[in-house]
Amino acid sequence: MAVRPIFQPSGSELGATQPKVPRRKAGEARRKNLLTSIAKHAVALFFVVVFLSPFVFVLLTAVMTQQQALSSRLWPHPFQWSNFAQVFTKVHFWLYTYNTVFYAVLATIGVVVSSVPVAYALARMRWRGRQATFLVLLSTLMLPAQITIVPLYVVFSRIHWVGTFKPLIVPAFFGDVFSIFLLRQFFMTIPEELVDAARADGANEFQIMWHVIVKLAKPAIMAVALFQFLFCWNDFFGPLVWSASNTHMYTLSVGLTEFTATHGGTIWNLQMAASLLFMLPVIVLFLFSQKAFIEGVTLTGVKG
Amino acid sequence: MATARVTVPAARRALRRRRSRRHYAGVLAFLSPWVLGFFMFIIYPMLASLYYSFTHYDMLSQPQWVGLSNYRFMFTSDPLFWTSLRNTVWIIAIGVPVQIVFAIAVAWVLTLPQRGRGFYRTIYFVPAMVPTVAATLAFVFLLGKGGPLDTVLGFVHISSPLWFQDPAWSKPGLVLLSLWGVGETMIIFLAALLDVPTHLYEAADIEGASAWQKFRLITLPMISPVIFFAAVIGVIYGFQYFTEAYVAAGAAGGTRDIASNLGYPLNSTLFYGIYLYQQGFAYFHLGYASAMAWILFLIIMACTLVLVRSSKHWVFYQGGFK
Repeated sequence: MAVRPIFQPSGSELGATQPKVPRRKAGEARRKNLLTSIAKHAVALFFVVVFLSPFVFVLLTAVMTQQQALSSRLWPHPFQWSNFAQVFTKVHFWLYTYNTVFYAVLATIGVVVSSVPVAYALARMRWRGRQATFLVLLSTLMLPAQITIVPLYVVFSRIHWVGTFKPLIVPAFFGDVFSIFLLRQFFMTIPEELVDAARADGANEFQIMWHVIVKLAKPAIMAVALFQFLFCWNDFFGPLVWSASNTHMYTLSVGLTEFTATHGGTIWNLQMAASLLFMLPVIVLFLFSQKAFIEGVTLTGVKG
Repeated sequence: MATARVTVPAARRALRRRRSRRHYAGVLAFLSPWVLGFFMFIIYPMLASLYYSFTHYDMLSQPQWVGLSNYRFMFTSDPLFWTSLRNTVWIIAIGVPVQIVFAIAVAWVLTLPQRGRGFYRTIYFVPAMVPTVAATLAFVFLLGKGGPLDTVLGFVHISSPLWFQDPAWSKPGLVLLSLWGVGETMIIFLAALLDVPTHLYEAADIEGASAWQKFRLITLPMISPVIFFAAVIGVIYGFQYFTEAYVAAGAAGGTRDIASNLGYPLNSTLFYGIYLYQQGFAYFHLGYASAMAWILFLIIMACTLVLVRSSKHWVFYQGGFK
């Protein structure tokens, strides 16, 4: 169903012939252009409706009364804005938010601090085995988390880390493969002359990394930090396994899932209000950092 | 030259060796976070999980060596293993191609308007930013009985399926959810579509190529590296599919104990990752879960290898092999 439109000729090709059209037909061509332009925007607007309508219905439901959310009425009557306040008392929303931010901020710091030097060694230092090391590093992206999670659970429970944030945060300080990959790709694009000049001035590798590379790679580092923060904000599997039903360390992902399950899909108005509050910060963050974000996605061709 | 090399004083050679040793120590220092992490969080757990896969282990007592019996049980006497594998293959075989086609279609729509492309792109991308759990909870409600979709379809007298309550529709519901968050894949395809040199289309126009021929012979080969990339990522992550299925079953299933909702309805959302989690962290069959994880790893490697091998025949790299 979605494939068909691809085969239609695109408008720029129709427009390309315009200058050669005789004057008598110019008006007709302009009208045709206008029509194709309207058609294009109509298609684009159709998808705007497709992508936005879930948000609209979630918002409408979030301000309904509990009874109404269970009925098939679409428009709230009355508007019950107090649902958003209710979320904070009924769902422990503050605690979950605090936990989510705590995990996301510390893990992001860990990933950035540990991944930059590794990416530097892979991109800008000359040593034998560099290519092979890079391939080993990349190949670990293929490794399913399920392979390592069981032994890690055994080890972490032995040192009493299960039920704490340590299994989520400590490993972040040992480099993240996706971030290393993204940073390395960016570091490679920095002109060799700048590095050579710094070397000639007697700078050591650490100074080159700090004063030359990091300074020039700020957008890439921002993108890595952003991706990592969003990953943690989103993360479900990690907090689910490591919280091990310790409700005090539930993040928003785990907390909202538990909340929904324990109420068996009966208070959809509060669930939708909570979901909205959960997605709002990252959507706002995205709208403000859109450029860095989309460049990052395009640069690597992937988000982790 | 030859004599010069022989007469290099031993002291200078020693100096060079010391320098290179210092250089390697420096490299190792920069690499150390990842190298340490690699051994602690990848190599050790891999070896340990391989060992556990030949044992019965519940963390209460020592692992008990049972040879191949976990693997034998999995393949011969555990119908749920096969159910979970079937469900996973379904979501990959249907979900990944549908998502790629939809991503290309939406990216193509974005190439149409000359003005306002940035605006449309932002709108199309926003759902991809919604946290998986929030998006899944929203879809369970939106597609649910008496929910907005049901009501809207009711206006035109179409009866909506029960989606996450119906074993035949729960997986299509999950595919629909993945299409809403197609933004990232779409962005990559958009970049690829805009990268196709326009002179190729112009040349095709002169030769009188039809729209289908242009798509088939120009667009498709030019974006094939991105299709390949999206397919590989889709397969690798598809086999680990977890969060959406866990949350949808938890929200749609009636019982309060979320672990007993897994797979709801009727094991139709019991994916490989879900079943492995259930074995490992609900029943604490750690040996069996490890064996399942290794089979998963082998399947992922085999599928990736097949994709990479096949890519020689259908992926076109501009300017030779990259």
